[in-house]
Amino acid sequence: MSNRRPVNLDIATIRLPITAYASILHRISGVALFFVAAGLLWLLDTSLSSPTGFAAVRECLDGPFARFLLWGSLVALGYHFAAGIRHLVMDLGVGESLEGGRRGARWVFAATAVLAVLAGIWLW
Amino acid sequence: MVTNATSFSRSGLSDWLLQRLTALILAAYTLFLVGYLALHPDLDYAAWARLFAGLPMKLFTLAAAVSLAIHAWIGLWTVLTDYVTERLLGPVATPLRLALEIAMILVNLGFAVWAIDILWGV
Repeated sequence: MSNRRPVNLDIATIRLPITAYASILHRISGVALFFVAAGLLWLLDTSLSSPTGFAAVRECLDGPFARFLLWGSLVALGYHFAAGIRHLVMDLGVGESLEGGRRGARWVFAATAVLAVLAGIWLW
Repeated sequence: MVTNATSFSRSGLSDWLLQRLTALILAAYTLFLVGYLALHPDLDYAAWARLFAGLPMKLFTLAAAVSLAIHAWIGLWTVLTDYVTERLLGPVATPLRLALEIAMILVNLGFAVWAIDILWGV
């Protein structure tokens, strides 16, 4: 193969297809959930430490800012979950074509929108 | 064969499989915990502590915590090796990536130890 063929790896000059947005958001939500995990471990630790700690966690999560942060975390979790299921489905050989990949990406965005609304109903 | 010193299992195929196995455990744990919290809106401390005091829930939580550490290790390693590169950041990239990888590994190990410490006290 000729190694002098033109290569464009400057991602900023490429219009991304929906599958690329699905992929990069899976990564971004994953990195975000790494930080969310620290918060969830703190909540678990405090809530299980004593009845006082449990009450403190309930009170903390009642604040509007904490509730919004929790909602955002649930949306990131919902997206990462749906995109992960899509990966597993594709591992089974389903939806691997170009059109299948586009359909899967649209399905993941739609599922996340539903989960975001459900999380909002749950929290408020 | 080129092996990598900071990937979780030193093998791409093994990392691939572990990422999926840990994903299934984390998915099951997430569904259980979200379902439990949704079904118990008036949860109090006694019921919450009782849930985590049982051996099955302790083992389930331990499995989820270990899975989280492995899953995040593999995922963050992939992200760091893709974006903290000499092509994107210049010569500083290699020492920076190594530092970030070691920090990320230590935090993930810390998550697992923290979870064990929490379960120990219930």
